[in-house]
Amino acid sequence: MTSFHLNGQAVSVDIPDDTPLLWVIRDDIGLTGTKFGCGIGMCGACTVHVDGRAQRSCITPVGAVEGAAITTIEGLSPNGQHPLQTAWVEAQAPQCGYCQSGQIMQAATLLLDFPSPSAEDITAVMHGNLCRCMAYIRIRKAILLAAPQLRGSEPT
Amino acid sequence: MKRVFIGFLGVVAVIFIGFFVIAWRPSIAPAPLPAANSFSPVLVAKGAVLAGAGYCAVCHTASGGQPYAGGYALATPFGVIYSLNITPDPQTGIGNWSEAAFARAMHAGVARDGSYLFPAFPYDHFTKINDDDIQALYAYLMTLPPVNAPAKADTLPFPFNIRYLQAGWQLLFFHGGRYQPDTTKSAAWNRGAYLAESLSHCGGCHTPRNAFGAEEAGHEYAGALIDGWYAPPLTAANPAPVPWTRAELFTYLRTGASDVHGTAAGSMSPVVHTGLAKLPDADIQAIATYFSDIDGAATRAVNTGTALANAITASAQSGQPGADPDAHLYENACASCHYNSATPPPAVRPDLALNTALWLPDPTNFIRVVLNGISLQDGMQGVMMPGFANSMSDDQIARLAAYLRRTRTNLTPWPDLQAKVAAIRAQGPEASQ
Repeated sequence: MTSFHLNGQAVSVDIPDDTPLLWVIRDDIGLTGTKFGCGIGMCGACTVHVDGRAQRSCITPVGAVEGAAITTIEGLSPNGQHPLQTAWVEAQAPQCGYCQSGQIMQAATLLLDFPSPSAEDITAVMHGNLCRCMAYIRIRKAILLAAPQLRGSEPT
Repeated sequence: MKRVFIGFLGVVAVIFIGFFVIAWRPSIAPAPLPAANSFSPVLVAKGAVLAGAGYCAVCHTASGGQPYAGGYALATPFGVIYSLNITPDPQTGIGNWSEAAFARAMHAGVARDGSYLFPAFPYDHFTKINDDDIQALYAYLMTLPPVNAPAKADTLPFPFNIRYLQAGWQLLFFHGGRYQPDTTKSAAWNRGAYLAESLSHCGGCHTPRNAFGAEEAGHEYAGALIDGWYAPPLTAANPAPVPWTRAELFTYLRTGASDVHGTAAGSMSPVVHTGLAKLPDADIQAIATYFSDIDGAATRAVNTGTALANAITASAQSGQPGADPDAHLYENACASCHYNSATPPPAVRPDLALNTALWLPDPTNFIRVVLNGISLQDGMQGVMMPGFANSMSDDQIARLAAYLRRTRTNLTPWPDLQAKVAAIRAQGPEASQ
């Protein structure tokens, strides 16, 4: 039995410890905003937050998050109005949209660590989040749009 | 000729009997279990702190077992030794040990019944514990809930399983006696040295051992491979680019991570989080004082600024993808958490150019962490790294290790990386079990 908080709610699941967290979130709990991409932590589609930081949920065993606070795209903002989400709309970032929940969750950690990211910072931190539609230019634009709002200041 | 032979037999017999006489240790009579209220609560509380600082529970608790009931498997080069039950159960624990018997075990490595203990039990360090602390440890252990847990049979082959032969080992390698303060040093230094050398037995992992399993004299804290991890040197030979100053050591030993060195993993994690955690800040400061003197931090710290700048320059490379195919592995799998572009790097983004694992002569720690990750409870609390055992092949991890060694350090390449990855993968996540 593993107990943790998912988007602020306490959950307990009776699932073998080595089951990937991603499977538990999607198949057992039923939150399907987090996507399955490669299954080996190399594409970023499954990115969620574990205790506030981006992690690849497909290679994180559920037993490893005992007691942790997990946030998925559904829980990033209570009304879907996180600055990254509004910036995503404004920049019309997604094309097919499959990678975007992972992109947004990773970008949230990027802006936490690099409140005013350089182009190199964005490239390096977002490199592990692949977009098969090649929407990288718009993803970068959305991140730069959201950064000043998260800093609580005007664009610089 | 016959007379010579008889004479030879006689000499052998005398040596044998002499050894027996010298080596023989009397049994100490069983004593009734002291009533719990015969110990002052202050003494018991002090013993609890000391037992933490000595990590007694770490080795005397089997995986999933009752605390202090023994049965933990220590994989030594000689065979598996199971720790003993040190709860006050009279049949299977130490419930009928008098304080004198307990003190002899701690100070001289001999059990109550007169049999020798194996030096897997670090009495070569505990011999330095002062009598007041022994008394407090006794009070704490004797007031634990008794657990009936018979000893498990060791897998030591003949002749290593003959406890009597330990007398020979003691003769060669054991130097009994309490800690002697160095009067030229401060009180804090001496307190740190006392804890490090006696109770907390840091040399147990950080000092290399000889063929007989004894810590090598003259190589104290020189670094050693033990329990599937490489315990880094704690001397001036420590290769980390930023020296371990008193402040860095304190932060690491108190919190489990240093932002310019890395995270406590493997057996160092319980040392910090379940052991030293019991000690007050002043004692951690004392240990930090002692080791920052041993590692010569004061003279090496002048290069810290350069080391940090070099590290960030190296780390920032991954913001500009180049032609190196091995760099791609790092950029895809590692950079999202490990890339940095500003000095000093934040603690939550462990910078690999500063990480001790990359600078050690042996790649074991690096490989083990890539394969198995770091849990939320290990190292820095609340920050985890997933393992990549199911994501990366031996070849990929070997290339990643070679790439980082090549671009983040100025040291020679690690040899035989792929075979090393395969061997560590085969051991599984629990290296020492």
